[in-house]
Amino acid sequence: MQLDAKIPGGPLQDKWDRHRFELKLVNPANKRKYDIIVVGTGLAGGSAAATLAELGYNVKNFCIQDSPRRAHSIAAQGGINAAKNYQNDGDSVWRLFYDTVKGGDFRAREANVHRLAQESTNIIDQCVAQGVPFARDYGGLLSNRSFGGAQVSRTFYARGQTGQQLLLGAYSALSRQIGAGKVKMYPRREMLDLVIVNGKARGIIVRDLVTGKIESHSAHAVVLATGGYGNVFFLSTNAMASNVTAAYRAYKRGAVFANPCFTQIHPTCIPVHGDYQSKLTLMSESLRNDGRVWVPKDPKDKRAPADIPDSDRDYYLERKYPSFGNLVPRDVASRNAKEQCDAGKGVGDTQLAVYLDFADAIRRDGKDLIKSKYGNLFQMYEKITDQNPYETPMMIYPAVHYTMGGLWVDYNLMSSVEGLFVLGEANFSDHGANRLGASALMQGLADGYFVIPYTIGGYLAGESLDEVTDQHPAFTDHTKQAQERIDKLLSIKGKRTADDFHRELGGLMWDNCGMARNDKDLAMAKEKIRALKAEFWENVLIPGADKDFNQSLERAGRVADFLEFAEIMITDALARRESCGGHFNDAFQTEENEALRDDENFCHVSAWEYKGDDQDPEFIKEPLVFENVKLTQRSYK
Amino acid sequence: MTTAKTINLNLKVWRQNGPKDKGRFEEYRASDISTDSSFLEMLDVVNEKLTIEGKEPIAFDHDCREGICGMCGTVINGRPHGPEKGTTLCQLHMRHFSDGDTIAIEPWRARAFKVIKDLVVDRSPLDKLIQTAGYISANAGGCPDGNAVPIPQEIAEKSMDAAACIGCGACVASCPNASAMLFVGAKVSHLGLLPQGKPEAAMRAISMVREMDRLGFGNCGNERECEAECPKEISITNIARLNREFFKASFFSSVM
Repeated sequence: MQLDAKIPGGPLQDKWDRHRFELKLVNPANKRKYDIIVVGTGLAGGSAAATLAELGYNVKNFCIQDSPRRAHSIAAQGGINAAKNYQNDGDSVWRLFYDTVKGGDFRAREANVHRLAQESTNIIDQCVAQGVPFARDYGGLLSNRSFGGAQVSRTFYARGQTGQQLLLGAYSALSRQIGAGKVKMYPRREMLDLVIVNGKARGIIVRDLVTGKIESHSAHAVVLATGGYGNVFFLSTNAMASNVTAAYRAYKRGAVFANPCFTQIHPTCIPVHGDYQSKLTLMSESLRNDGRVWVPKDPKDKRAPADIPDSDRDYYLERKYPSFGNLVPRDVASRNAKEQCDAGKGVGDTQLAVYLDFADAIRRDGKDLIKSKYGNLFQMYEKITDQNPYETPMMIYPAVHYTMGGLWVDYNLMSSVEGLFVLGEANFSDHGANRLGASALMQGLADGYFVIPYTIGGYLAGESLDEVTDQHPAFTDHTKQAQERIDKLLSIKGKRTADDFHRELGGLMWDNCGMARNDKDLAMAKEKIRALKAEFWENVLIPGADKDFNQSLERAGRVADFLEFAEIMITDALARRESCGGHFNDAFQTEENEALRDDENFCHVSAWEYKGDDQDPEFIKEPLVFENVKLTQRSYK
Repeated sequence: MTTAKTINLNLKVWRQNGPKDKGRFEEYRASDISTDSSFLEMLDVVNEKLTIEGKEPIAFDHDCREGICGMCGTVINGRPHGPEKGTTLCQLHMRHFSDGDTIAIEPWRARAFKVIKDLVVDRSPLDKLIQTAGYISANAGGCPDGNAVPIPQEIAEKSMDAAACIGCGACVASCPNASAMLFVGAKVSHLGLLPQGKPEAAMRAISMVREMDRLGFGNCGNERECEAECPKEISITNIARLNREFFKASFFSSVM
């Protein structure tokens, strides 16, 4: 297979305008003749479903939770970037574009990122019009804060609940279309398969999670916005239901998967504290605006943090990166935290934590101001840890947070399967090897509100699609396969729960395919995961029945896919003979322990095509061409 | 972290196979529960044990486990989301319980919310309320610059206070009338306070109140249980604002 990114010609800043003009249009009266399936209701899926319905398409929208308002975008805390330059501090579309390409360690497409930066400003206007209560200054104008990887203040926010407010904006637009009958909403549904007819995506198979019934749904195009695969690590900041199944099923039907090894480990999370733990909680990156990260200089120093004088503390980020200080990008901050803990300087019971200290900020600005900025985050920290961060420094440690990899898409956000579009975290396109803070919300909403409405029209207008209903043999066949898989899972009746397998898989991935990787451990993990997968299919224990509300069965299906998908992540990590962004192989580092890229041989997207179970996927290369930015060693000094 | 200890608990859990099943309490023992674990993690431990013993685990809704998605929620010893103020069930930690405690766990009980299984209920009526009018009609594209209309900071903050609602349904579960007035009041306040939400304010208040009646929610009796149990501490003044908006719309607008 050859991958054509279909990047429009012409100067970078004109590509999107020109492309939008050149895309074919579906006339307003004809839009109602098209059915579009959107899977997912997060920022990308929710905004896409609402906007496509506003345009006149018939939309069928699916989500796994009981309501579209609960998609995990809701948990994003800190903010959303936009090149408004309201602060008059030198921001521009070009600067946001440049920061994002550099932040991604030069492994993203220039054209996609530039479009993202262009659309960023429209997103803010759209959200304000919908009633998103962004933070404002006394004069009533929008307020901004700073995020990692940038030297300008361009992050818009709604307290520590920006994702919630943006999602409720998209959800309200979606609800309006549901009320108007233009979107048919299917909650508590899990996508189990993609249906391709004559080479084009024409529908999906889902399981109704309440009744257990397998349903077929046909359409003229399918849009996946099903989020990332961070839960392959078991412990992550993702919601419990976040999973790879929809994307992985599409992969098994021919959509190629790009850069699966690019995972983001977020530097500021509440550390792991027990083996009963089910998930990790993020503390927003915005805290690094005012919090200072430090460890004791002497590993043997076990004094309480307040008793350690400044002279005995190492503010290692400020020391090593004076110009960005505590606001270095996430991959850099995470790796440095690991480095300090590996050197024995970790703090707390487990010694797998560093301090994030607000004492100086509270002295400087007063407790009230700090409370107004971060009140809900401080409260959340206290609830979980039983410690008061106004009085004692927070303890934080990196945790899996976001996955830059995803289904491969071209400039139109179409996957390698015609008629299958992929939006938001589920695709791979905009963040390269590392995503900057406050950029996920921007990408999800740009894809949904401002990209897919144009590009899906271009696809539909350019194709003559046969009539396909859910009675087509492909639907019957895939339904049968989905049912057989469920029957197989329930028939095993082994001795270990799905969660138990998941926890073991997560441990293997975190230890061997996490913040730092090496060939030997990756290879070893691959073998162990294969064995674990084999054991799963002989020894998993799933209680309850099929045609029922059965959460154990749901989880088992997801774990089965994670077990297969983990292997592709490792294959990708082994194949990338360099370090970049979130992928750090110990063998490739600079003298200062920074990621060492190999631009000559690895300036490309690694895409993987499914070739059958128990076979390695086939590698497909999409070279990355940089015409506008110079590839440099990322420096945040 | 604090030095964790473990406790043992007696659980009385509501089990119900479906909306038509009568349902009953069943008793379970939760042993060696770390006080640092959350309430849902305690239920995970119980469920793992039930599964291994060949029994069916307890069905309960949950997702983000960081207090923002609104998916979790059960009644703990008579109180939605348990005894701690301003806390969702996923953020309720076992350090707030003592060794030997007996804990009764029930689903939300309200006429508008049907039980799906055990502790899981159908909260789609809350979505229906939003679909009626809980939005500002602004299609994607062509919106004015975000700074075109300044919004006084205190108005934006008040709107945000109301917008913090997570739609969990605890207000309905706590209300003797199973009313959704706090939920509707929060939405009417969030949007109606902002200049962008004014054009549809009258229609919004009237439509949402009518839909609430139609869906089988009761009316407000000023018991204030909703405010006391709301995990996001949404103020009952939002109900007062809803009433004002509703009367204003009924008497002075052309929307009726």
